[in-house]
Amino acid sequence: MKFGVLQFPGSCDEVDALEAARMVGEAELIWHRDRDLQGADAIVVPGGFSYGDYLRAGAIARFSPAMESVIEFAREGGLVLGICNGFQVLCEAHLLPGALLPNVNLRFTSRQVRLDVVAPDTAFTSACPPGRQLSIPAKHSWGRFHADAETLERIERDGQVVLRYAQGENFNGSVGDIAAVSNETGNVMGLMPHPEHAVQELTGGSTDGLSIFQSIRLAAERVAA
Amino acid sequence: MRARVLIRPKAGILDPQGVAVERALPALGFDGVENVHVGRLIELDVAEEGQLQPMCEKLLANPLVEDYEIQVLG
Repeated sequence: MKFGVLQFPGSCDEVDALEAARMVGEAELIWHRDRDLQGADAIVVPGGFSYGDYLRAGAIARFSPAMESVIEFAREGGLVLGICNGFQVLCEAHLLPGALLPNVNLRFTSRQVRLDVVAPDTAFTSACPPGRQLSIPAKHSWGRFHADAETLERIERDGQVVLRYAQGENFNGSVGDIAAVSNETGNVMGLMPHPEHAVQELTGGSTDGLSIFQSIRLAAERVAA
Repeated sequence: MRARVLIRPKAGILDPQGVAVERALPALGFDGVENVHVGRLIELDVAEEGQLQPMCEKLLANPLVEDYEIQVLG
């Protein structure tokens, strides 16, 4: 099973994502100007500050040649995970509902957050230990998830809210404490916290992030079978 | 053709930058300030006026969370 990890000018978490993916499968970097997804079974759009976050976070990266291929891949049912800036890119690309806005505290905030796994049977969470919270670092200044009332009602009803900040952990002011959402068909998910930074006890505070990558592997294997 | 695009957070969406400015002004002695919102200003030369709206919809603004206003300066 092979992950493709996108790399934009201004990405900074693509190597951590690559190393995390390599703990569960093969993984290659894909340069933003490259349309060829190299036969990847799943794509990770990583964190960072793609194209300097100019205009709006993710607004310019969304039109890169690699993203055009990712949009097509996603529409055909391909697995796509967007982390932090990658979540912003996927929202800008309309692969995910809603938008990310500046944190309510107006600060770049870096801290460990506890997350409730609201939807435990998705392509991105099936390997998470049942009934347990995830402890994963978050670090961003534009992480306040927003969706209008109608969209919010729909995504809540249809089970597209995958992770929520646990009680007291929603530092960015996201509506409904939403930390991760998926698309209608469940093959695309974005989250603001960084599972790729929580794959080793030494630096991640936990290894909970690994379960997200393991879930993707299981989902990719189900597709292949 | 010179044009200007004003981009504002949509009404009803919390605008923490606006709130921060609104709180800062009274501290400097400017009283009676309300409803402060912080947006973006984009000035550009375009070949055709008709390009401006699709540009706003596609890239310059995010219509899910922002309103935009196009001013053609001539």
